[in-house]
Amino acid sequence: MSIGIVSAERAHFSQPLILRSGAVLPAFDLVYETYGTLNAAKSNAILVCHALSGHHHVAGRYAGQADSLGWWDNIVGPGRPLDTGRFFVVGVNNLGGCHGSTGPASINPQTGKPWGADFPVVTVEDWVVAQARLADYLGIDAWAAVVGGSLGGMQALQWSLSFPERVRHSLVIAAAPKLSAENIAFNEIARQAILTDPEFHGGHYYEHGVRPLRGLRLARMLGHITYLSDDQMAEKFGRRQRVGAGSYSFDVEFEIESYLRYQGDKFAGIFDANTYLRMTRALDYFDPALEYDGNLAAALAPARAGFLIIAFATDWRFSPARSREMVHALVHNGQAVAYAESNCAHGHDSFLMDDAYYHAVVTAYLRRIKL
Amino acid sequence: MSPSSARADFDVIASWMRPGERVLDLGCGDGSLLKRLIGERGVQGYGIELEDAGVLAAIAGGINVIQGDLEQGLTGFDDATFDHVVLSRTLQTVRHTERLLAEMLRVGREAVISFPNFAYWKNRMAVMNGRMPVSEDLPYEWFDTPNLRFFTLLDFEALCAKMELSIRERQVLDEAGRPVDEEANFLGSLAVYRLGRRLVG
Repeated sequence: MSIGIVSAERAHFSQPLILRSGAVLPAFDLVYETYGTLNAAKSNAILVCHALSGHHHVAGRYAGQADSLGWWDNIVGPGRPLDTGRFFVVGVNNLGGCHGSTGPASINPQTGKPWGADFPVVTVEDWVVAQARLADYLGIDAWAAVVGGSLGGMQALQWSLSFPERVRHSLVIAAAPKLSAENIAFNEIARQAILTDPEFHGGHYYEHGVRPLRGLRLARMLGHITYLSDDQMAEKFGRRQRVGAGSYSFDVEFEIESYLRYQGDKFAGIFDANTYLRMTRALDYFDPALEYDGNLAAALAPARAGFLIIAFATDWRFSPARSREMVHALVHNGQAVAYAESNCAHGHDSFLMDDAYYHAVVTAYLRRIKL
Repeated sequence: MSPSSARADFDVIASWMRPGERVLDLGCGDGSLLKRLIGERGVQGYGIELEDAGVLAAIAGGINVIQGDLEQGLTGFDDATFDHVVLSRTLQTVRHTERLLAEMLRVGREAVISFPNFAYWKNRMAVMNGRMPVSEDLPYEWFDTPNLRFFTLLDFEALCAKMELSIRERQVLDEAGRPVDEEANFLGSLAVYRLGRRLVG
C-alpha cells in the first residue's frame, strides 16, 4: 500500500562544496523526504536517487493534494519492494534541481539575484558528495542500499565508488556505465532546443520574467520518444488519427502528436530549463572508467557493495547490453552481483512501472539484506 | 527426478572443487548447486540462468545469478575468468553445442559437464520395445522434453576428440546415483566429465 501523507523537509549545509568543475558552492540546501523509521542501529536506510526529471517526492501524497502521488510510489511503501515497514527510505532532490534544493533558480548570495546561467555545471559525483552530506546530517554512516533508475542508477553506482564503506548494496536499474554517442546526441538536441529559444536569454531568463518554454517543450518531446519502446508506441497510438484529421495541414492529426505535445506542455509548465541543461550534462559526463583508460573493471574495483543490476529488454536508450557491461566488469573482479532482465514492454520508462517480475526481483534482493 | 538422484552429479561436481576457486554454473536454476558449492566447498560462485523463476529464486537465495541465454554464448565474460565452468544436465538442451563447449573453455580453465547417457541399458530397452525412454535422468515424454540432443558417452567423447579437448576425469553413475566402473556406456545413466584444453605442442 501507499505510505500515505508525507511532507518534505529541508537541510541547510553551510560548509562550501567544491565541485568537479572546480566551482565552489559556498552553501546549499537539499530538500528531502523520508518514509519509514530509522532503526536504533541506523542500519536500515535506503537512499533513492532520482533521474532526469525526478525529485525528492518519491512516495505518498501531500496533505490536501489528491494528485500529488510520488513518482516512484509503486515501489516504496508498506509491503512494497522498498518496504517502509522494514527500511527507512530517503528521497532527495539533487543539487541544481528545480524542486526546492539549491539550483539555478535559487538566489546567488553574491549577487542577490537568481543564479541562472551562473549556477555551476554539476556532475553525478557532485550529487553523491552532496547526498553524503545529507547522510551525515541524518546520522547515517552507511546505507543498507542506494537505489536508482536511469540517471539515478548512475548515482547508485557512483556511491559505491565514491564512498565504498558507506554503501552495503547498490541497485542500478535501467542505467549504463556511460552514455553512448547516440545518447549524447539526443541530449545535445534537447539542449539546443533550449539554448536557441529566444526566451532563454543566455540562461538569465528569470530576471526577464520569461521562460524558454518552447525549447523545454521540444526537449521533453524528444526525450519522451527515447523513454518509450517502438512496440508500445505502436500499441498505444499506432497511426490512429484524431477526429477531423485529414485536413492537409500541420495541426495535430495523429494521436502520437497530441500525446507528445501534451507531455511537452505538462513538463515545460513545471520544470526549469537551466536544470534540464545541467541534468543532461551530468548524464553526458558520467564515465567512471575514464580515469582508468576506459577499463570499467578497474573503475569498479574499489566498490565494496553487493550489486543488483536490472535492465529491460525493450529499453533502447540504455539497453540490457549496457547493463551487462557493468555485470561483466563486476564478475571480472569477483564482486557480488545479480543481474535480472525484465521483458516489461515500456522501454526505458519500464523502471517506473509496476512490473511484477522486476518488483519481485527487487523485493527478493532487499529481503536478503540483514539489518 | 527424485532428490537423491538429482543430486548424484552434484556430489561428484562438489568433490572436484577446492576452496576459493571461482565457479560459473551455466543454467544454474534456483542456484541449489552453487549454494552447495559455496557452503560446502567454499568456492566463489556465479550462475547464469534464463528463466525468470530460476533467477528470482537464486536472488532470493543470495546467489550471484546473471540472467542470460546460453545460446548467445558467454559474450562479455573475459577469458580465463573461472577455475571451473559447470554445465549440469543441460548440454542436451543446447542447440549450439560446440560453440558453448568452446566458450566454456575460453572463460574457464576447466569445463565440468554432466549429461544423461542415451545408451544406458534401460534407454536401449525402451527403444527396443518401440518407445522413447523415460527414466530418472531422462524424465520427459518425447513431446514435452526440453532436450534437443540425444547422445551417449561414446558420442560425447568423440566430440571431445574432434574438438581436441582433454578429458581429465570421468565419473559415471547409475540411476540410483551409484558409481559405475565397468561397461559405463551400457550401465551408466548419468555421466560427469571434467574437460580441459589440450596442451599445445
